Amino acid sequence: MVAAIASEGLTKRFGSLNAVDGIDLAVPAGSVYGFLGPNGSGKTTTIRVLLGLVFATSGSHVLLGTSTQRALPKVGALVEGPAFHPYLSGTANLLRLDAADRTADASTARARVGSALERVGLTAAAGKRYRAYSLGMRQRLGIAAALLRPRELLMLDEPTNGLDPQGTREVRSLIAALAGEGVTVFLSSHLLSEVEQLCSDVGVMSAGRLVWQGALADLRAQQEPYVRVETVQPAEARQVLESVGLAGVEAADGHVRARLGEARPEDVVAALVRGGVGVRGFAVERASLEEQFVALTGEGFDVSG
Amino acid sequence: MSRADLRFFGSELGMVFRRRRNLALLVILACVPLLISIAVKASGHDAPGGSIFGGITDNGLFAALAGFLVLTPLFLPLMISVVAGDSIAGEASSGTLRYLLAIPAGRSRLLAIKFAAIVTWCLACALVIALSGLLAGLVFFPSGELTLLSGRVVSYGDGVVRLLLVLLYVTASVVTVGAIGLFVSTMTEAPIAAMAATLTLTIVSQVADAVPQLGRIHGWLPSHYWLQWVDLFRDPIITSRVGTGLLVALGYVLFFTALAWARFGGKDITA
Ligand SMILES: Nc1ncnc2c1ncn2[C@@H]1O[C@H](COP(=O)(O)OP(=O)(O)O)[C@@H](O)[C@H]1O
Ligand SMILES: [Mg+2]
Repeated sequence: MVAAIASEGLTKRFGSLNAVDGIDLAVPAGSVYGFLGPNGSGKTTTIRVLLGLVFATSGSHVLLGTSTQRALPKVGALVEGPAFHPYLSGTANLLRLDAADRTADASTARARVGSALERVGLTAAAGKRYRAYSLGMRQRLGIAAALLRPRELLMLDEPTNGLDPQGTREVRSLIAALAGEGVTVFLSSHLLSEVEQLCSDVGVMSAGRLVWQGALADLRAQQEPYVRVETVQPAEARQVLESVGLAGVEAADGHVRARLGEARPEDVVAALVRGGVGVRGFAVERASLEEQFVALTGEGFDVSG
Repeated sequence: MSRADLRFFGSELGMVFRRRRNLALLVILACVPLLISIAVKASGHDAPGGSIFGGITDNGLFAALAGFLVLTPLFLPLMISVVAGDSIAGEASSGTLRYLLAIPAGRSRLLAIKFAAIVTWCLACALVIALSGLLAGLVFFPSGELTLLSGRVVSYGDGVVRLLLVLLYVTASVVTVGAIGLFVSTMTEAPIAAMAATLTLTIVSQVADAVPQLGRIHGWLPSHYWLQWVDLFRDPIITSRVGTGLLVALGYVLFFTALAWARFGGKDITA
């Protein structure tokens, strides 16, 4: 598969801190790639390096099969929140950005700005000054700027940050629609639910390192089954589960969990009954993505939103 | 410049010349030659001839020169510092710099467009002083033949041509402030700090120029030749010091734009 973004050993050091630490990105063309990691894990810095805003300490990267400067006209980007001139209107701000683009056609600028604003639902506010925009409107104007021209790749850094539920839904459905048109989307987020909802592929960042990368479906396939026993005798249940060779037994008030491994669930139930444990409920479940990411990063994710 | 570069330049001029703060500064600038004219008119008595202020009552054109004389040391450099200091640092502080570069505007190209806008601003400031002085002079004082500082009498048209040369010389002089400001602006994300630092440097230059013990370096200071345009109002025009002044200005402009380019070309944009 062709890579929309590929990097090798990409590293950015700030003083003694490795903000990005030798990451090998492989973002398949046409994918919606969720770049997931807690705050401070190096997502924004990676995007800055990929866009040529910050120079890598070592390593290399390729965007759309070419150098950053050549690829950028085909890349729309939102980096660390929107930023515009407060005293200019939405339209004037977009025209200003378009004027800076040496490959943009001036004669179609107004029409392109108009349709980008329409796409994000800002037509009514097009003439208002940016400073009068709400947070959601600002974020949408940022996305409109990324849509000024037909793009092959969109790099969106936490596009729903700070939005209310309504704004979040709007932005997500916009991203889904864009992805449906065949644009590769590189979406950074600290929200697992967002990545689960939108992405086909995922890269997991932790303290500057890319700890897992691949198709979301592959990650799900790796999920280990475990058994969950509801009982008022957790201590006895624990003993039985350990005696039949289940690993990772955790007892809590009212229930016990353990990794199923190679054991057959019916044998486990039989052993519990033989051991005199009063079973109120029994289930075979799979670890949630949340738990997998905690295992990968050693940190929890914000699951809200 | 390609068409696309001209479009970007036009957009940049719009950012500079539509900004209310900058327009307010231009209005203040325009008031100075006017106020000088009114003050001279009101005081009623002649200053000694052969000087710029003394010439105003003989010929209104000198009001423009008086404007240049009082504005060049401080207020004009302030106006240039404001725009030049804001050029890159202002975009950095608002965050728009990262989006311009991601367009991609091109780092060298962005710097070149910013500098071109600064030079245009310098020219506009000098033009406003000259026009305001010229018009105020026409309203309040005679406008026929004028006596140059060297005593010769020339036509009003000749005087206007000389004023145009003064305007260009002053522009070239303060473009040095613009180049310094552009460089300082690449060093910080705080536009106010860039403005203040730039203005401080021009003041330091003038202070050093006023200390006799530093005579050896006077000729190398950026501000040393700033008022040398008075030579353009002599006959024949003394070109040697004006020429040296232009060379010094060119040297500073090349030096600081090259520094700005080297600095900005390799800078991490983390704002
Ligand atoms: N300009 C900078 N100077 C020093 N450290 C920085 C700079 N920018 C980011 N960092 C540090 O690099 C790490 C990664 O930051 P960032 O890429 O913004 O993470 P994320 O976007 O995942 O929240 C953080 O520890 C942050 O403090
Ligand atoms: Mg970030």
